[in-house]
Amino acid sequence: MYDAPYTERTTAVTDVKISARDVQVYYGDNHAIKDVNVDIQDKTVTAFIGPSGCGKSTFLRCLNRMNDTIDICRVLGKIELDGEDIYDKRVDPVQLRAKVGMVFQKPNPFPKSIYDNIAYGPRIHGLAKNKAELDEIVEKSLRRGAIWDEVKDRLSEPGTGLSGGQQQRLCIARAVATEPEVLLMDEPCSALDPIATAQVEELIDELRANFSVVIVTHSMQQAARVSQKTAFFHLGNLVEYGETGKIFTNPEDPRTESYITGRIG
Amino acid sequence: MTDASIPEGGKVTKSLVQLDARTRRRNAAEARFRAYGLTAIVIGFFFLITLMVAIVGNGVGAFRQSFITVEVFLDPAKLDKNGARDIEDIKKVSTFGYAPLIQNALLEAVQAAQPDTPIKKAGDTKQLISASALAAVRDHVIANPEEIGQTVEFRLLAASRVDGYLKGRVKREDVVRDKNINVEHLDAADALLAAGTLTRSFNPEFVLGADASESRAEQAGMGVSMLGSFYMMLVVLALSLPIGVAASIYLEEFAPKNWFTDLIEVNISNLAAVPSIVFGILGLSVFIQFGGLPQSAPLVGGLVLTLMTLPRIIIPARAALKAVPPSIRDAALGVGASRTQTVFHHVLPLAAPGILTGLIIGLGQALGETAPLLLIGMVGFVATNLPDGFFAGFMTPNSAMPAQIYEWAKRADPAFYERAWGGIIILLVFLLIMNFAAIVLRRKFERRW
Amino acid sequence: MRQHIASAFDRDLEGIQAQIMKMGGLVEASIRDSITSLADRDEDLAERVRAGDKAIDALEETLNDEAARVIALRAPAASDLRVVLSVMRIAANLERIGDLTKNIAKRTGVLVHMPPVGGTGSSLKRMAREVELMLKDALDAYIQRDQALARDVIERDLDVDQMYNAMFREFLTFMLEDTRSITPCMHLHFIAKNIERMGDHATSIAEQVIYLVSGELPDEARPKSDSVASVGVDERGAGPGPEAEG
Repeated sequence: MYDAPYTERTTAVTDVKISARDVQVYYGDNHAIKDVNVDIQDKTVTAFIGPSGCGKSTFLRCLNRMNDTIDICRVLGKIELDGEDIYDKRVDPVQLRAKVGMVFQKPNPFPKSIYDNIAYGPRIHGLAKNKAELDEIVEKSLRRGAIWDEVKDRLSEPGTGLSGGQQQRLCIARAVATEPEVLLMDEPCSALDPIATAQVEELIDELRANFSVVIVTHSMQQAARVSQKTAFFHLGNLVEYGETGKIFTNPEDPRTESYITGRIG
Repeated sequence: MTDASIPEGGKVTKSLVQLDARTRRRNAAEARFRAYGLTAIVIGFFFLITLMVAIVGNGVGAFRQSFITVEVFLDPAKLDKNGARDIEDIKKVSTFGYAPLIQNALLEAVQAAQPDTPIKKAGDTKQLISASALAAVRDHVIANPEEIGQTVEFRLLAASRVDGYLKGRVKREDVVRDKNINVEHLDAADALLAAGTLTRSFNPEFVLGADASESRAEQAGMGVSMLGSFYMMLVVLALSLPIGVAASIYLEEFAPKNWFTDLIEVNISNLAAVPSIVFGILGLSVFIQFGGLPQSAPLVGGLVLTLMTLPRIIIPARAALKAVPPSIRDAALGVGASRTQTVFHHVLPLAAPGILTGLIIGLGQALGETAPLLLIGMVGFVATNLPDGFFAGFMTPNSAMPAQIYEWAKRADPAFYERAWGGIIILLVFLLIMNFAAIVLRRKFERRW
Repeated sequence: MRQHIASAFDRDLEGIQAQIMKMGGLVEASIRDSITSLADRDEDLAERVRAGDKAIDALEETLNDEAARVIALRAPAASDLRVVLSVMRIAANLERIGDLTKNIAKRTGVLVHMPPVGGTGSSLKRMAREVELMLKDALDAYIQRDQALARDVIERDLDVDQMYNAMFREFLTFMLEDTRSITPCMHLHFIAKNIERMGDHATSIAEQVIYLVSGELPDEARPKSDSVASVGVDERGAGPGPEAEG
C-alpha cells in the first residue's frame, strides 16, 4: 500500500539548542518561574502553553534576556545556548539577541520604510559591507518572511501601512534578518485574523528548517498545529513537556489534561 | 454559571418612537451641558477678542510717528568756526550748538504755514521738535562734513506732545497746565500738518531703535531689547535643549527606579511650579554676586531663564518619551539594538515632535518672563546702542522685551503707555511665530505608529 | 473529572454518551430477543428484531453526526478527544452487533420451518447470555471508566470462544451423523459464529474503555481460543474461518 506521508511530527535533528536548568525568576518578591528544566531542540518548533500569568512569556523572555530591561526581575539558574551560559557575566545581551531573535504579540514594525525595517538589524550588527549586500539580505529576509511578493514593489513605503498579518510577517522577516539561530515568538498571532494566522503558522513551519522556534501561544489549537514539542506551564511551574501529539491526545499530568480540555483557565 | 438577568414579570414592550420621561430628562441634561460648554467657549472668545482689540487699538499708534521736515541751513559760522572742515573741530560742537540752526529753520517753516496764533521767537519752536533732533542733525553733519554751508532737508521726529496732539492723546484744554507745550504750538502743528511739513508715517525706529529717556517718548524703540531677548533665547535654547533632553532621556530610559530618582522626579515637578522671581533672586546671588558675571547681561538672563525653563521642558519631554509605545523599544531590543541605539534610533525620533513642542512652549514662556529679569537688572533703558559685535551681545548690559514693556508702562508720560501696548504687539507677534513654528515642526516630525 | 468551562461542551459529550447507552440498551435487548425467538421458535419476535435493527442503525448515524459536530465545533483534545473517538468506535461495534442479531433473526425465520436439532438451543442461549453480559459489563465499564471491569470482559471472551469451539464440534458431529441436519446445523453454526463475533465486538468495546481511560489500547496479547480456524474438517482445504479476525 502507498504510504502517504503524514505531517512530520518528529524531528530529524535532536540536538539540544537551549538547555534550561533549575531556572527561577523573581519579579520583586513574586516567584514567577519555579524550577524550570527544559531542553529545547534545534530545528524544532516548541510551543509554550498555559493560562495567563503562568510564566510562559516570562520564561520566553529569559531566553534572550529581554527581562534584563525590567529592573525588578531576577533570573537564577542556568540557561545554556549551545552549551554556553547566556547569563554569564561576559555575555553581552545585545550579542545574544542577535542570535536569539524575537517576534512580539502585537506587530510592531518601526515607523520607517519596509526596507529600513529589515535593514535595521543587519546595519547595527554590521552584517552588510555595502548597499548591494544589504539589498540581498533584505530580499532574502523578506522571502523567508513569506512577504517578499507582497511588498517587493513598495519597499520604500512605511511598514506601518501594511495589514496586520503582513506587519507580523514583516516583523518575522526583521527578526530573521540578523541571522539568528533561535526565534522566540510571543503570541505572534493573537492580533491577527484567521487567514493571517494561517499564513504566519505556515511561515513558522517553514522557518523550522533553519531555526529553532519557540512560540508562546494562548491558542492550544495553534500550539497543536505548529509545534513538534509542547511545554505546559502552570502557576510558574513547567508541568509537562513532551511531544505535541502526545500532550494533545494523552497528557500525563492531570493539570495538563484539564487545561487542554478546557477545564481550567 | 452566570444567569442572564431577565426582569421579573417578563418584558415590558414599549415603542421606540415614544420618548419616556427619563430619556427626555437625560437628553435635556445633555443639551444643557453642551450649552454650558458653548457658553464657556463664547465667553473665552469674547475676552480674547476684547484683548486683541484693546492691544491693537492701543498699540498700533506706537508704530506711527509724526515727523517734521525742515530745511536746515548748516551755518559754517556756528559749526566750523575755523573753516578748516576738520572733523575733530566739528565734533567739538555740542548738540546745543545745533539748536539755533534747527529752531530758526523751524520758525521759518511755521511762519510759512501761517498758524492762527503765530510763534515769534525761534526759541519757542523747540517744543515742537523732539530733543533727539539735535543729535540726529549733529550725527548727520559729522557723517557728512562737506554739507556744512548748505541747506539740507531733515526729517525730524516731532515732540511727543505734538505727536500726542495729532493722535488725540493731548487735548487743547490739557495744554494750559502743561509747561512743555502751549496753544501756539498746537496751532503751529495744525498749520504745519496742513502745509505738509508735518507728516505722519510708519516709524521703523520703534521696532529697531533703542529705549530713550523719560522726556523723549517719541524716540523710544524696542529694537535693542528685542536683541536682548534674542540673546537670552539663544542661551536658553543652547542650554535647555541638550540638558533638558538628556535629563529626560536619562530619567525615562536609563535611570533605575529608586528613592533617589523618585526624589528627583518630585523636585522637577516642584521646580516647574516655583515662582519665576525665585529664579531671579537665585540668578542674582549665584551668577552675579557669586559667579561675578556682569549685571544686566543677556547671558545671565539666559542662565536664569534656562533654570526656570528646564523643568518645563523636561516634563513634556518625559511625557513624549513615555508616550512612545513600548512595543517599539521591544522591537529594537529584539533585533539586538543596545539601549542607547534603541533610544536614539527609535524612541527619540518618535518623541521629537512632543519634545520640540514642549521646548518651544518653554521658550515662549521664557520669552515672556519679566520678574526674574528685574532682579538681575535687565530693565529698560540700560542699553541705548547696539552691542559692538555678535559675541559682545551676550555680555553687554541689555533689557528684554517684556522688561522693556514693563519699564514703559511704569513711566509717567502717557506717550509711553502707547509704546507699551505697541511693545506687547511685537511680543505677541514673536510668540505667535514661535507657536506656529511648534505646529509646523510637530506636523513635520509627527509619525503614526 | 472537573466540568468544562464551556458547559455546553459537557452537555454535548454527555449527550453522545447517553446516546451510546441508549444504543447499548437496544442492542442488548436485540441480542436477548433474537436468541429468545430462536429458542421459542417465535417468528414474530424475530421479525421485530429485524425491524428493530433500523432504529440501531439510525442511532449510529445520529451518533456519528453528533461526534463529527463535536469534533468540528469543540476541537476536543486529550480525554475529550478519546471520548469522542471511543464513542464513534463503540457505536460502530454496537451497530455491527445489531447487524449480527438481525442475521440471527433472519436465520430463525428459516429455522422455525425445520425440525429442531436436539440440544443446541440451550447452549446457544447460554452463549448468547454470556455475550449479552459481556456487552452489558463493557458498557458499564465505559460509563464508570472502569478499567478492571473492561479487562474482565476481555478475559471472558475466552470463555465465549471456547463455547463456540465446543458447539462447532457438536455441529460437526450432528452433520456427520445425519446429513439431513446439515442445513439447520449450518444455520445454527452461523448463529453461533455470530454470537462469537458479538463477543469480539463486546471485547472491542472493552478495549475502547481501556483506551478511553488510559490513552493506550491494550496489547494485542489478549487470550484467543478461537481454535476453529486451525481445525481442519479434512486437513487440506479448510482455509481461514468464516470471517477474518476483527
